[in-house]
Amino acid sequence: MNWSWNYFLFGVYPFIAGTTFLVGSIIRYEREQYGWSSFSSQILASKRYMMWASNLWHIGILTLFLGHFTGFLTNILEWLGADPVEHQWIAAGAGITAGVIAMIGGLMLLLRRLLDPNVRYASRFMDIFILVWLLITLCFGLGTQFISVPDALSDHVQNMQILIQYVRSIATFQPDPSLIRNIPIIYKIHMFCGMTVFFLFPFSRLVHIWTVPLNYAIRPYQLVRAKIRSVI
Amino acid sequence: MKVRAQFALVFNLDKCIGCHTCSVTCKNTWTNRRGTEYIWFNNVETKPGVGYPKNWENQDHWHGGWVRKNGKLHLKQGGRLWELMTIFANPHLPEILDYYEPFSFNYSHLVDTPLVETAPVARPVSLVSGRTLDKINWSGNWEDQLGGTYKTRSVDYNLREVSNKELLGEFEKTFFFYLPRMCNHCLNPACVAGCPSGAIYKREEDGIVLIDQDRCRGWRMCISACPYKKVYFNWESGKSEKCIACYPRVESGLPTICSDTCVGRIRYNGIMLYDADRIAEYANTENLEDLYEAQLQIFLDPHDPEIVAQARRDGVPDSWIDAAQRSPIYKMAVDWKIALPLHPEFRTLPMVWYVPPLSPMGREIHPKRIPKTADEVLPRLESLRIPIDYLASLFTAGKREPVIAALTKLIALRAYQRSIHVDKSANLDVLSGADLDVATAQEMYRYLALAHYDDRFVIPTSHQETMMDDPYDFQGQNGFVFGNDSSTGISPPEIFPKRRKESPGANVQPLHFRPYYNNKDTA
Repeated sequence: MNWSWNYFLFGVYPFIAGTTFLVGSIIRYEREQYGWSSFSSQILASKRYMMWASNLWHIGILTLFLGHFTGFLTNILEWLGADPVEHQWIAAGAGITAGVIAMIGGLMLLLRRLLDPNVRYASRFMDIFILVWLLITLCFGLGTQFISVPDALSDHVQNMQILIQYVRSIATFQPDPSLIRNIPIIYKIHMFCGMTVFFLFPFSRLVHIWTVPLNYAIRPYQLVRAKIRSVI
Repeated sequence: MKVRAQFALVFNLDKCIGCHTCSVTCKNTWTNRRGTEYIWFNNVETKPGVGYPKNWENQDHWHGGWVRKNGKLHLKQGGRLWELMTIFANPHLPEILDYYEPFSFNYSHLVDTPLVETAPVARPVSLVSGRTLDKINWSGNWEDQLGGTYKTRSVDYNLREVSNKELLGEFEKTFFFYLPRMCNHCLNPACVAGCPSGAIYKREEDGIVLIDQDRCRGWRMCISACPYKKVYFNWESGKSEKCIACYPRVESGLPTICSDTCVGRIRYNGIMLYDADRIAEYANTENLEDLYEAQLQIFLDPHDPEIVAQARRDGVPDSWIDAAQRSPIYKMAVDWKIALPLHPEFRTLPMVWYVPPLSPMGREIHPKRIPKTADEVLPRLESLRIPIDYLASLFTAGKREPVIAALTKLIALRAYQRSIHVDKSANLDVLSGADLDVATAQEMYRYLALAHYDDRFVIPTSHQETMMDDPYDFQGQNGFVFGNDSSTGISPPEIFPKRRKESPGANVQPLHFRPYYNNKDTA
């Protein structure tokens, strides 16, 4: 296939981003445990404000992630009997709701991070950059709904069907970027931003997602460690 | 029965002069780094007072420690699922202003400023944001020597059930004493139970509670779980930190730095043996007032041959059993019962115990009627300035008897010693009234008044040699290590910095240490 920006950004870049995401995370987990943290700034300021901001943000963004995963990579909605138009209505409804929740929370977090002197001073560049980047991605994601909703209204959901095909072509390592050559540009910008989030992931505080402590629900309360014999 | 050894401390509040040497040496040793400016692993509070962080004792506000619900122990901040649900924003987390905004002064301004009419002033600067602060409103020890007003001080949780509380604000009635605080290295630690990532653990060999800095993910649940608020969040590293009981020193048989430098000689370090199988049972004692006695029962008698045999079977080294037999902690807590735990009602089974203060001792003495006998000089228990209820709220969940018994012994000891040194004839009546014999009184005098170094600190060295195959290979590798390197504690902005030195490998051994045959080969 001939070189084109479309080919690079949607045929090659997904794998660059995905590889960086996985390999980078593994290397950082292996070698940089001390820097692996959620880097919470809750202690520094505005506890009550954070109860709203952080919860809205996390609930919104996690719902969006699960929604994208379910909609693009699984057939759950189809098994439940949804046709493509219904699929798109469900996606739009859930996506807009979660997107607005995340947007409110994210803006609250960004305002706090920029305006509170303690939090601002304690922030590294990446803390601010990744939050801004996620909000930009979110903006374009919400922007796609200006096309998706009219599409659904007119029972004309080819854009989304093409995107599903394309995402599955990437997930199965048979990239077919030509599928989306004529898709509206806002989808492409949103996808580029989203892939870049994966690219930035191992270099940012986002790594804390990998170590979500679900194990806590089942482990015993008390932990005792004995010294381990050194292995040389 | 599972015998475990615990490194424990006793603080003799009767002798604490509130000089803060413990806090300062601790801070200089462990928390003089960026992100830890507001953190005091050890701090000294003036009581009554709200303390550091503000009002930490009031668990209705902070939700720390354990509660008993339907016969089972639960973290007061919520069950496992609730904790995971509140992980995005912890509703019980203190803010930095609950501790204080750490500050320094721009001293350089005093030197650098050009010649001006008025003398230059060094203004306070926030160590978090770098802003100039208009006014310092609070700090880690704002209430030192009853600083501030009685109104703010009287919020003290321990005053809630003290009668005539308002009167204590009057100059003639007022009292204070110091309460040095550090991590209690609890037998049933709430911070360990609250840590979602399992980074906090209790060491099997000495019971010191540590946070694995590599595994901590900054979920900050330990901070709210600890009822003593002795786990802190380092905002620079994004990880929790707490008192490490100076384990590099303790492993070498040295006292913790706060204990070693205590000028009042109020701190005792020693080993206690306890039954690890019964922690859950005793922490779950139904009645709050019985928790002190319950914790006494969990300790094992190190002189009992059966206990010694079981301790050996459970892997406690002989030198540790010997140290447990000579433990000053055991003497004060179990034999004499003059040391009491801090807030046993939190159900964490804390292992830093306190000898309650008698002082201020003095009463008004009329110049025309100088008292002649010890009985007249020393106050009776009922006329002590510090209300018994106040001490009971601190140390026994409100039960007065153990506090009265301990204070009675301390008063009797003073009366006895005064009769020896002033009246030149030992008054044995005061001893029998407090259930003491002469030998015990002499020993208590040695431990409490003289407080020799070797009596205060009975610390066996750790047996590293039993834990590693090649101790030489580990030489120089031990210590308080921050993650990626044992240098400054600050991760450089490299993406993939050098791996930490786990083991130097054989090739760094000096030549003279090489086995003989190696040298022969090269010769």
